[in-house]
Amino acid sequence: MHGSHAPGRRPELRIVAVLVTGLLLWLLSAPLGAQQPRTGGTLTFIVSAEPPSFDAHREVTFALIHPARPHYNLLVKFDPLNYPKVVPDLAESWTISPDGTTYTFKIRRGVRFHDGSVLTSRDIKASYDKIIFPKGDVISVRQGAYTMVAAVEAPDPTTVVFRLKWKSPSFLQDVASPWNWIYKADIIEKDPHWYERNIMGTGPFKFVEYVRGSHWVGVRNEDYWVKGRPYLDGYRAVFIGNAAAQVNAIKSGQALVEFRGFSPPQRDDVVRTLGSGATVQESGWLCNNTVVFNSRHRPFDDARFRKALSLAIDRWGGSTALSQIAFVGPVGGLLRPEGPFATPPAELEKLAGYGRDIAAARAEAKKLLAEAGVPEGFEFNLLNRNVEMPYRYVAVFLIDQWRQIGLKVNHVVKETGPYLADERAGNFDAAVDFNCDFYDDPDLQLVKFLSVELPNGSVNGLNYGGYIDRTLDRLYDEQSRTEDATRRITVVRQYEKRLLDEKVWQIYVLWWKRIIPHSTKLHGYKVGPSHYLEDLQDVWISE
Amino acid sequence: MPRVYRRQRIWLARFVRRYPLGAAAGIAILGLTALAGLANQLAPYDPLANDFGTMFAAPDARHWFGTDAFGRDVLSRVLYGARTALLVGFAASLVGATIGGIVGVAAAYFGGTTDLIIQRLADIMISFPIIILALAIVAILGSGTFNLIAAIALSFVPRIELVVRASALSVRETTYVEAARAIGARHWRIVFRHMVPNVTAPYLVMLTAFLGQAILLEASLSFLGLGVNEPTPAWGLMLSGAAVEFVQRAPWMAVFPGLAITFTVLAFNVLGDSLRDALDPRLRT
Repeated sequence: MHGSHAPGRRPELRIVAVLVTGLLLWLLSAPLGAQQPRTGGTLTFIVSAEPPSFDAHREVTFALIHPARPHYNLLVKFDPLNYPKVVPDLAESWTISPDGTTYTFKIRRGVRFHDGSVLTSRDIKASYDKIIFPKGDVISVRQGAYTMVAAVEAPDPTTVVFRLKWKSPSFLQDVASPWNWIYKADIIEKDPHWYERNIMGTGPFKFVEYVRGSHWVGVRNEDYWVKGRPYLDGYRAVFIGNAAAQVNAIKSGQALVEFRGFSPPQRDDVVRTLGSGATVQESGWLCNNTVVFNSRHRPFDDARFRKALSLAIDRWGGSTALSQIAFVGPVGGLLRPEGPFATPPAELEKLAGYGRDIAAARAEAKKLLAEAGVPEGFEFNLLNRNVEMPYRYVAVFLIDQWRQIGLKVNHVVKETGPYLADERAGNFDAAVDFNCDFYDDPDLQLVKFLSVELPNGSVNGLNYGGYIDRTLDRLYDEQSRTEDATRRITVVRQYEKRLLDEKVWQIYVLWWKRIIPHSTKLHGYKVGPSHYLEDLQDVWISE
Repeated sequence: MPRVYRRQRIWLARFVRRYPLGAAAGIAILGLTALAGLANQLAPYDPLANDFGTMFAAPDARHWFGTDAFGRDVLSRVLYGARTALLVGFAASLVGATIGGIVGVAAAYFGGTTDLIIQRLADIMISFPIIILALAIVAILGSGTFNLIAAIALSFVPRIELVVRASALSVRETTYVEAARAIGARHWRIVFRHMVPNVTAPYLVMLTAFLGQAILLEASLSFLGLGVNEPTPAWGLMLSGAAVEFVQRAPWMAVFPGLAITFTVLAFNVLGDSLRDALDPRLRT
């Protein structure tokens, strides 16, 4: 066709087509509303309890980890935006020996503590020795989770080697524990209790002040080893115990987030007020309420009495009702109901207190009470912490359930610090407790229930019940060493039956469901199944 | 009829005639006390029993005051809550007023260094607002009914001590006290036999004045989570937690215990004012 051009062959149209295609590709690659991280600003968030001490190696509560974790680094950590991937933190890389018993970590150069001193592998070794092999009166509540570790070595300033007694499939995740803060070796050697009252790490934020009952403040570490981080100028953790006041703080913009979780009605309240200014993130939660019985007190030393207490609880009915008013919900065994090791419902229902026929269960409970010689109207104290959500709700539920088999329960509520101190000292009959973790793995979730004195002579600081059960210890060891996944699950089920159905040293009430409503100004944060993994290094606020 | 009873009847009749509001408040308090005492007979439901089938039920023929987040009957909890309020109110006022009264009389009687130390301690304690002082004491002692009574009573002590001491100072200078001293009476005998009976009027006035305040403090501390613990029925506790969170969905959870607190405190305050005017006109404001 003379004198005319096909449209595709005209050069100006080709240029336009290329430009339009490029524009479209750019638009498609960048999600609508996506923003570049912004540097500056102070993040204010809520913490609903006060830290009992500042030492994460001995503590078990978010009340410490939320305000103080930003001052520290770990050896490796869970990727906060891609859980459960483990990524480097102070270790820049690692290798695992072919037999799986030697982990060698290369430590970053040039990392400095907040006092200006340089971090070396000696600091890593000293921190892990404190966690795994605590000396004297030093408390390490997680040493039982590292029984597979034979030695921690620091052959040179940039290398740390963990030598294991046996291959452990989840050892890398165990090392990524958000509790394993790296401390300075010189300080630990001089005073192993120094970190209980002081803060000094290598983290993205330096400590400014802690005013008990009010707030905790951190400011950007200008010498932080990750260039361009943190984005925030600082953060302010405000301590607000009252659940309604927490919601009001988020609604009014006084705080942008509470990193633990809200109940469904609280979420709805925030969303109703903030509208498009609120983002809601939800997840399963590797957390639950347990009840620990003090086996040193009569009649809690009698398995029949403990079993009766478990049988009296209508978990299925409680789950349906309480999930409407609190952030509890799923009924489960020792491992998270949504997790890879969850007990199937059919097996679960065979355990004491998990059956669907609550009338029959309570009849059996009363029979067991009679056999154990526990009179009608027997009275005991239930220790609880003054964290309203969900502890108060769970306690009201439990007390009502136990009243239905003729028991009278006095509810004793204490601040987190005295509550934990009473648990550790055995000053309770029964206590509303919790078993929360950062990774789905029996090695982690089952360690709490091991004997108070472990076969190797060390102390299990998580066992407040004071019992010794060598069968549980043996089964734990067996599942930990088992490489065959099917066999491991079988052993875990035996452990679960022993704990929850036969000996009933402790019981599970309900698992939790995590709901985080927060301001849309908060970015770089993704909710996961653990409230211990909050990491402010990459968090930023949009104005 | 013995003369003493006749005198009391006359005093009572004069009180009712002169202070009808105070008398009405007194009758209301008697009624409340009766309701509290008969709560186990009057309450339609067990105040502790959860009933998940009736969570947040609105007031109706079955549940006159509705139900709370656990399906518990609010009317039953309000009735039993009166027991907690009156127990804490009476016990804290009585203990606080009695200790404060004795300390006040002792300070006035002994004078000198004893008086100086007691007065400075009272000044320090009185410099804190009563709720702050009670909060601090509960924080130290821990929550629970007994500790709550102790905390409220302790925070009343310096306030009552000051008033009673002022009255006791004038009693100390009377001739019968001097005479008792002169014949060698022991200190405790002078204090308890001669001085204490003569400061009864300010003691009773302060006691009634603090009753309403004690009930309000109990409610405030329970509301803040520092008073009695769940599931004990207590008005302040009923106003906290779920009652706040679900106030739009189930306002009756907060309205009825709130009204109970209001009317009870009002009754005690009106009665206290009337008794003050009747017993000790010098304290009239």
